[in-house]
Amino acid sequence: MEAADHPFVASVHEQRKLFKEKIARALMLSAALALIVPVLVIIAYIFHEASPVLSFSYVWDDPGPLGKSGGIWLPLMGTFYLVLTSLAIVAPLGILAGIYLNEYAPDNWLTRAIGMAVTSLAGVPSIVHALFGVGAFVLTLKMGESLLAAACTIAVMTIPVIVTATREALGAVPMSFREACWNMGATKWQTIRTIVLPNSVSGILTGVILEVSRAAGETAPILFTGAAAVVAVNTESIDRKLVPYDLDDKFMALSYHLHVVAEKISGMPEEMKFGTAAVLIALILTVNSVSIALRGWLRSRKKW
Amino acid sequence: MADGKKSSSSFRALGSRFLDGAEPLIRVVIYASGWSSILFVGAIFFFIFKEAAPILPSVNWGEFFFENRWLPNPAIGNKPVYGAAGILYGTLAITVVSMVFAMPFGLAAAIYISEFAKGKVKETLKVLIELLAAIPSIIWGFIGLVVMGPILHKIFPEHTGVNLLNASLMVGFMAIPLIVSISEDALRAVPDSYREAALALGASKWEVVYRVLFPAAKNGLLAAAMLGVGRAVGETMAVWMASGGTENIPTANEVFNFSFLLDRVKAMTATIASEMPDVAHGDEHYQMLFVIGIVLLCISVFINVVSDLVIKGVKKKLS
Repeated sequence: MEAADHPFVASVHEQRKLFKEKIARALMLSAALALIVPVLVIIAYIFHEASPVLSFSYVWDDPGPLGKSGGIWLPLMGTFYLVLTSLAIVAPLGILAGIYLNEYAPDNWLTRAIGMAVTSLAGVPSIVHALFGVGAFVLTLKMGESLLAAACTIAVMTIPVIVTATREALGAVPMSFREACWNMGATKWQTIRTIVLPNSVSGILTGVILEVSRAAGETAPILFTGAAAVVAVNTESIDRKLVPYDLDDKFMALSYHLHVVAEKISGMPEEMKFGTAAVLIALILTVNSVSIALRGWLRSRKKW
Repeated sequence: MADGKKSSSSFRALGSRFLDGAEPLIRVVIYASGWSSILFVGAIFFFIFKEAAPILPSVNWGEFFFENRWLPNPAIGNKPVYGAAGILYGTLAITVVSMVFAMPFGLAAAIYISEFAKGKVKETLKVLIELLAAIPSIIWGFIGLVVMGPILHKIFPEHTGVNLLNASLMVGFMAIPLIVSISEDALRAVPDSYREAALALGASKWEVVYRVLFPAAKNGLLAAAMLGVGRAVGETMAVWMASGGTENIPTANEVFNFSFLLDRVKAMTATIASEMPDVAHGDEHYQMLFVIGIVLLCISVFINVVSDLVIKGVKKKLS
């Protein structure tokens, strides 16, 4: 009997269709793998090349002359304080802006304009943010090239990260929660403070963590606003070791340090370059994994 | 124990009363924070234009857009020349080449994740793509310079390893997570009833993708491509470190035999990043770098606003 005559056996046409589907499926899977596998291999290679220097003293020691020897303590601390300062500025601002957009904003042209402004801020190239930082913070507000100016520049750049995450987190709280609270006679702010925020705090936290990862990795915005290739700090006393920079000092940052050791200085030992890269990658992947794990945990215990 | 509990709860009551009493003030702060984003976008435009303003009336735009001679520090006795054609070409070339490679791969990965993958595989792929998105641009620049450069140099020994191809690959990898996530959103926004209807008519899954999902999600996919372009145009560190940093406009012949891919190029972002540290605040060269900043700013805001409208339009139509 011919296959085509039988209703339960795939006809030639159907077989061809299924074959095509299989091919398409395999192609798309290999495309997805082609994006991920090379990157994993390269990251493994970076860690392999960095392994001769990776040790506690590499992290704890100050960079030697031109960064050719020693460790990365000063750049690491610079990145830490840059992230901390930018977070102190952008976290309250971004969270409040997210609250405004989700809880207070009426549906009108102004709100749409704010939404568009947030999108635009996210799309402005980082180097343009750097130019803005020079014009606004370094020159006009007379901060000079400093940790504060760089942190302000990063803060403006990362507003969208926190606003978007906050807005999403607040939006996920069911309307009925708010209505129940209003019916009890609570004001809008009381409702937000006692019902909406406690129910969305982990989502907001995810956004904050993402900001940390962005701020730690960015290089272009700090290029002309405060990062320096070398900053001489006497780190013999432990408090200078832990707080090497003031807000108006120039500072070293891990990302800029990587640029300097990779490109600017000839005769740089290879493992010093790879070591800096490996620490930066490890830092950022850890921070992001925490954010992803937090989100997963959140989803698993959601009550509604 | 009971006392401690009582005092802590009365503290809380006091705190609540304070927070409730401050409601008018808090409302002002919240409104101000909400509107601040507009303020910042305005401030970015204001300060970039302000720094460039002294030179704007005297910029020779014909020379800027069509001449490939960027000589801010000429020999003594000559006037500086600001012909940015080579630099504009660099940005354009990196954008186009990186999208030629990133769009198909990004779209295919998005389709696989959204339509074919299930359960654990799907979750893993999504997490990996998300981690890919987290890798900062300086790392891509480092990979381009230190890892990819030597590899390309080994394959094409008569060319340097840092060139258009290298920079485009790095930028492509950077843009892909964005393309994947926006495309995936666009595909997910297509209602399941569309898929079910097509499957019920006997379509295979692949036919559903290209006969039903592509037409239904085409604006969202367009927005993904546009945002990818925006990312590529604005990318700084990866482009700076992996592109070679010399302006080069290829001849037609070089384009046809693809050897333009192995030329060094110089992009707008890299020009600003590399020249800014050496200029004095307020001199002509400094102002010209801000003029490049204006061009970049306008391109990126245009791309973002338009793609935002496209995405919103799609959401409205499908819901």
